[in-house]
Amino acid sequence: MERNVTLIGLFAALIVALGFVPAIPLGFGVPITLQSLGVMLAGAVLGSWRGALAVLLVQALVAIGLPVLAGGRGGLGIFVGPTAGFLIGWLPAAFVTGLIVERLRRVPVALAAGIGATLGGIVVMYALGIVGFWLVKNAGLKPEDAPMSLSAATLIMAPFIPGDMIKVVVTAFVTRTIAQYRPSALLARA
Amino acid sequence: MLSLALPYRTWAHRLPAALKFGLLTLAMIGLMQIGTLAGQGAAVLIALALTASLGRRAMAQSLVTLRPLVWIVAVILIWDTLQGDFRLGVLFGLRVFAMVGLANVVTLTTPLPEIVALIERLAQPLAKFGISPRVPAISVALVIRFVPVLRARYDTLTEAWMARSARKPRTKLLAPLTFSLLDDADHMADALRARGGLALPHRGRD
Repeated sequence: MERNVTLIGLFAALIVALGFVPAIPLGFGVPITLQSLGVMLAGAVLGSWRGALAVLLVQALVAIGLPVLAGGRGGLGIFVGPTAGFLIGWLPAAFVTGLIVERLRRVPVALAAGIGATLGGIVVMYALGIVGFWLVKNAGLKPEDAPMSLSAATLIMAPFIPGDMIKVVVTAFVTRTIAQYRPSALLARA
Repeated sequence: MLSLALPYRTWAHRLPAALKFGLLTLAMIGLMQIGTLAGQGAAVLIALALTASLGRRAMAQSLVTLRPLVWIVAVILIWDTLQGDFRLGVLFGLRVFAMVGLANVVTLTTPLPEIVALIERLAQPLAKFGISPRVPAISVALVIRFVPVLRARYDTLTEAWMARSARKPRTKLLAPLTFSLLDDADHMADALRARGGLALPHRGRD
C-alpha cells in the first residue's frame, strides 16, 4: 500500500519535472516536450493500473490549478481547450502501455515497451486528442455550416507524431535499462 | 512551486468553491451550444471583464495559459480560410478564448487549501474500500514536494555528465534519474509505514 502510493506519487512528480526540460524543436519547427515520455514510462515501468493512477494524479493537479504542464500551464482551462483530448488521453495511454508490457511477457522487454508505447502513447493518445480537438472545433455549428472532417483534424495534428515516435524509442531503451539493472523495480513484469 | 491562484483576495474568493465549479460547468455547456459570432464574442468580453475585475496580475496570469493557444487558433483560421469559411475559424478562436478564460477565473480565485479540503471531502467514500481518505491529499503533497527534488537531481546528473563528456546528455540521464526515484519511493514507503502507514485508523477520525 505505502509503496504503491509513493511510487505513483514519484512517477507523477517525474511527469511534472519532465515538463521543465526545455522543449526540443523538431526540424520543421514543431516543439516537443518530454511530458508524454513520462506518461509512456509510467505505464511501461509501473504497469497498467499504477501507471494510469500516476497520470490521474497529474491530471488532478492540473485541474486544481497547479502549473504542472510544460510552460507553466495548468488550471481547468486546459480541460476545455482544443488540446483537452490529449491531456485526457494520457490516462488510457499509460494504461495501454502498461497492459502490453504486462501481457507480452515472452517478448524482449524493450520491444514490449516499444509496442506498448506505440499503441498507448501514439495510437490511443492521438485518437482521443484528435477527437477532442474535432469536438471543440465543431461544437455549436449551425446546420448550414460545414463541420471540419476528422481526417482534416488528423492532418493538422500529424506534425507532432514524429516527435512522439522518438519518445517511444527512448521509452523502450530506458525500460530495458531498468529491466537489466533493477528487474524487481519493473512492476509491469513483477 | 506555486499555485496559479492569486496571492491576494478578490470578490470572487467569497463564493464557495463548489458554486464556482458548478457555474463553470453550466457556462461550458452553454458555450458549446452557441454558434453565432455575436454570442461567442459576448462570452469573450464577459471572460475579459471578469478577469480584469480581479486585477492586473490576474490578467497577466490568464495570458500565460492563453498564449500557447494562439498558434493553434492561427492554424485553424488559415485552414478555414482555405476551405472558404473564414467565419468558422473566428468562431472557434472566440470559443476557445472564452472557455479557457472563464475556467482561469475559477482557478485564479480558488486557493489550494480550499480545493484540498474539497478533495478530502469527496474522498470520504474511499474508506468503504479500506483506503484511507488521506491518500489523495498525501499523494498531492508528495508530488508538490518532489518535483523540485527531481529537478535538482536532474541538474546534478547533468553537471556530472558534462564534467565527463563533451557531448550533450540528451535523454541518457533518464535511466539514472528513474533509479534514484525508485530508491526514494522505497525509502518513503518505509518512512510512511514507520509513522503508522496509510491503513484505515481503527475507529473514528484523528
